[in-house]
Amino acid sequence: MAEQTTLPEGVGEAVGIPHGSATVLGAKPDSAVVRDALGVGIAVGLSGFAFGVTSAGSGLSLLQTCALSLAVFTGASQFALVGALAAGGNPYTAAAGAFFLGVRNSFYGLRLSQLLALPRALRPFAAQWVIDETTAVTLPQPTRRAARIGFAVTGLTLYVLWNLTTLLGALGAEALGDTDAWGLDAASPAVFLALLAPMLKSTTERITAAIAVLLALGLLPVLPAGVPVLLSALAAPAVLFLSGRRKGTSRDTAAAEENR
Amino acid sequence: MNIWIAIALTAVGCYLAKLLGLLVPAGVLERPLAQRLAALLPVALLAALTAQQTFGDGQHLTLDARGAGLAAAALALVLRAPFLVVVGSAVVVTAGVRALGQAPW
Repeated sequence: MAEQTTLPEGVGEAVGIPHGSATVLGAKPDSAVVRDALGVGIAVGLSGFAFGVTSAGSGLSLLQTCALSLAVFTGASQFALVGALAAGGNPYTAAAGAFFLGVRNSFYGLRLSQLLALPRALRPFAAQWVIDETTAVTLPQPTRRAARIGFAVTGLTLYVLWNLTTLLGALGAEALGDTDAWGLDAASPAVFLALLAPMLKSTTERITAAIAVLLALGLLPVLPAGVPVLLSALAAPAVLFLSGRRKGTSRDTAAAEENR
Repeated sequence: MNIWIAIALTAVGCYLAKLLGLLVPAGVLERPLAQRLAALLPVALLAALTAQQTFGDGQHLTLDARGAGLAAAALALVLRAPFLVVVGSAVVVTAGVRALGQAPW
């Protein structure tokens, strides 16, 4: 279970929660959990505005833009789909790229299901909220009760705000004119970076990130949109395999030294 | 119509991906290797996404104002700024650099 808590440690800091507030073991006041959750939910929910603007600017109708936020509800996939459609990609390639990006939520779900221990009947409803931000808030919580509160409050806040701000962004796109001039295209990578930064604690994570960046950028010019990002995920098993081999080797060396 | 097909496929696919993680038996997680992999995969994916959305322009690589915006976000992260400040500084710096780039000098 130690591994379970390593991923999100420090995420609280990234989203402006006072240092250490999420690491206190044992009882944690419900209000503190709600505060953590609202902090993330409100901050990220506002970036739905950037999505609404981008989507409308890419030529999707108001209804299509809102349908994406309501039904897909995972930002990276939404941005990817809209970008691919705007670039003239066919609907199947565009959807495949968006789906590949959404696959990471499966791994979040794996970790969350143990922690939340939801009844089976509830899982189909909870599933829609299994995304980066709810995972980041939920995993560091010290108790199951805190985890459930964190998941529910973050999920609800984010879902309501993300959809409201998507609507506002789509409506406001015309008023803004050239959305890139407002720098709104930098919001999405900055969100990703803010989620990533607290995870880069050890050499293993940093090397994985570096290889993933090289793969993503190196493959971008030669493969269809969405595929390079999926392939860059291979950096994770590759680094695990190599670090496992190195540990094995050093153990053999140590054993050899002892025998001497 | 094509756009609606893409939206429907993405919605169904992404929902099933989310649900799958919740439905897989907990035993899968008890293997240390699976745990380490599950922790490391988001690192790889988020790093790749950050890089592509900063330096990607369709099928091309480019260094533009977004690079400056992301540098500002990174600095804000180092200074332990709140989430909204991190994202805000990326947006503001990107917009600022673009405005300067179009200035008449």
